[in-house]
Amino acid sequence: MKDFSLDVLKKSSLKVRERVIKMATKGGCFIGASLSCADLILYLYKVYLNIKLENLNSLDRDYFFLSKGHVVSALYSVFIEIGFLEEKRLENHLSINDYIYWQPNTNIKGVEFHSGSLGHLMSVACGVAEDIKLRKGKNKVVVLLGDGELNEGSNWEAILYAGSRKLNNLIAVIDRNKLQANTETEKLIKLEPLNNKFRSFGWEVRKTDGNNFEKIHSTFSLLPKKIFKPIVVIADTIRGYGVPSLESKVDKWFVHLTEEESEKLIKELYRKTKTEKVHL
Amino acid sequence: MSYENKLREILLNDESIIILTTEDRSALKTIPLYADKRFIDTGINEMTMIGVATGFALRGRIPICHCYSAFMTMRAFEFIRSDIGIANLPVKLVGSFAGLLSGPNGPTHQALEDISLMRGIPNMKIFCPADDDDLDIGLETVINDSSPWYIRFNNRETNIEHNPEFEIGVAEKFDDGKDISILVYGYLFFEAYEVKKLLQKDGFDVRLINLRTLKPVDETIIIECLKESKLLVTIEDHFITGGLFSILSEIAVRNKLMTNIMPIAFENKWFKPGAVNDVLNYENLTPPMISLEIKKRFKTISNKN
Repeated sequence: MKDFSLDVLKKSSLKVRERVIKMATKGGCFIGASLSCADLILYLYKVYLNIKLENLNSLDRDYFFLSKGHVVSALYSVFIEIGFLEEKRLENHLSINDYIYWQPNTNIKGVEFHSGSLGHLMSVACGVAEDIKLRKGKNKVVVLLGDGELNEGSNWEAILYAGSRKLNNLIAVIDRNKLQANTETEKLIKLEPLNNKFRSFGWEVRKTDGNNFEKIHSTFSLLPKKIFKPIVVIADTIRGYGVPSLESKVDKWFVHLTEEESEKLIKELYRKTKTEKVHL
Repeated sequence: MSYENKLREILLNDESIIILTTEDRSALKTIPLYADKRFIDTGINEMTMIGVATGFALRGRIPICHCYSAFMTMRAFEFIRSDIGIANLPVKLVGSFAGLLSGPNGPTHQALEDISLMRGIPNMKIFCPADDDDLDIGLETVINDSSPWYIRFNNRETNIEHNPEFEIGVAEKFDDGKDISILVYGYLFFEAYEVKKLLQKDGFDVRLINLRTLKPVDETIIIECLKESKLLVTIEDHFITGGLFSILSEIAVRNKLMTNIMPIAFENKWFKPGAVNDVLNYENLTPPMISLEIKKRFKTISNKN
């Protein structure tokens, strides 16, 4: 765990969001989904996880698996904040001459594993957690999943497995924005009561507000250390968070913007922050 | 040496080996004892086993996965393709009860498209041992190779002596006949070997090729067979699409070579379930039946000439 500074995180999160919005031009990106979990990814890398450029090849560092790969624009925007990626590299978004495409891939330094086909990385994270335990390591594995992604049966296989194997170095984070691609999760494939589902599969459950750094920090800094269960943090989030005209909109999962639309949304992003400050 | 003994030897000499299974312990009876925590029975969950194997491989391990071939290559296909294939991880997939070996289980358990599926994955290599000795000879090389591998498990006892030198992509040749060449892999090697003897007894000049690895395949020896044989026979317990006949056809077309080719495989059908020997009879796969068919075919060729 590194130092927590609300001010630093808030400033970073605005820059991350601005980049995500910019990446929605020239081909588009999964803007709504990216904005819902951007704060979680940022917090994990900046505060919670021991992952840095210098220890990427070490077996003793932490691991972060992004199972909902389509939010790669949030991941890369965070990578710029932590120095894994250069800002100007984003100009190559969707360029055939680079690897900044719609799903994460290991050609980009810092990406643990490619993803995008949903329901894969929970079991991969289990394998890494197993090996860490076998080597008596103290490091931990975090895997971020979407709530819609929980429709995939492969996740539940692996959730059952992790509970049975008591993988207490594994933490799953659910980006619970209550929307999947085109519809509300509860209107398509009902997930609730999600906490009870995990609990009955042998997991320790925590809930947090995934768009509030103080709450995220209090949840993660208080995660139980001496239990013999994997932990799931169900993070309530808002799809499109930070940009009112995108927030919780069913049709704003994937968006392709013109330059003008992008500029307008960026203004909206900073305007919302200002209003929040007035309220504070 | 049996698979189990060989595997024990390999895992005791190499700390990086991890043994995984989806409750398929038929070839692993004493392995949990020796592998200790490096043995994990993941339960009945093929996708999870492949995911877990991927995680282990990302940490520098060599996971060896055991599962009924039909369920591993089909239920978990996209996991194999996307996790192991794309990342080119050294995960070894040991598929049991493939081809005829599912015996009385029925079509749900028949893996007759496993070769076809696995060879369609870039980076994936395929080892199809002819019997327990052939498996023993090739196993260590395959496990130590840095690629992902599909091993079509076959521990049939044939007591036929194999070339103790094993090289990836190099087939094993029995005799050098110019009339008929038989290409075979896996379980039906024994039948093919008997067919060769029967045909030789009838005066035919026969060669038999045990391919050992189907990917990479020994193109040199296949081209040689295409050029030198009057009749080229492929024998496989696999669907006719995507297996050895397809591999041969691709090589023939690519090299603009043609001869008389006779594929023996399952054409658009599953086989009638039963004890393996009964299946061989029912499906016309006993050595006398196969050699009779080959002779009939050879006669039509000779008549044309």
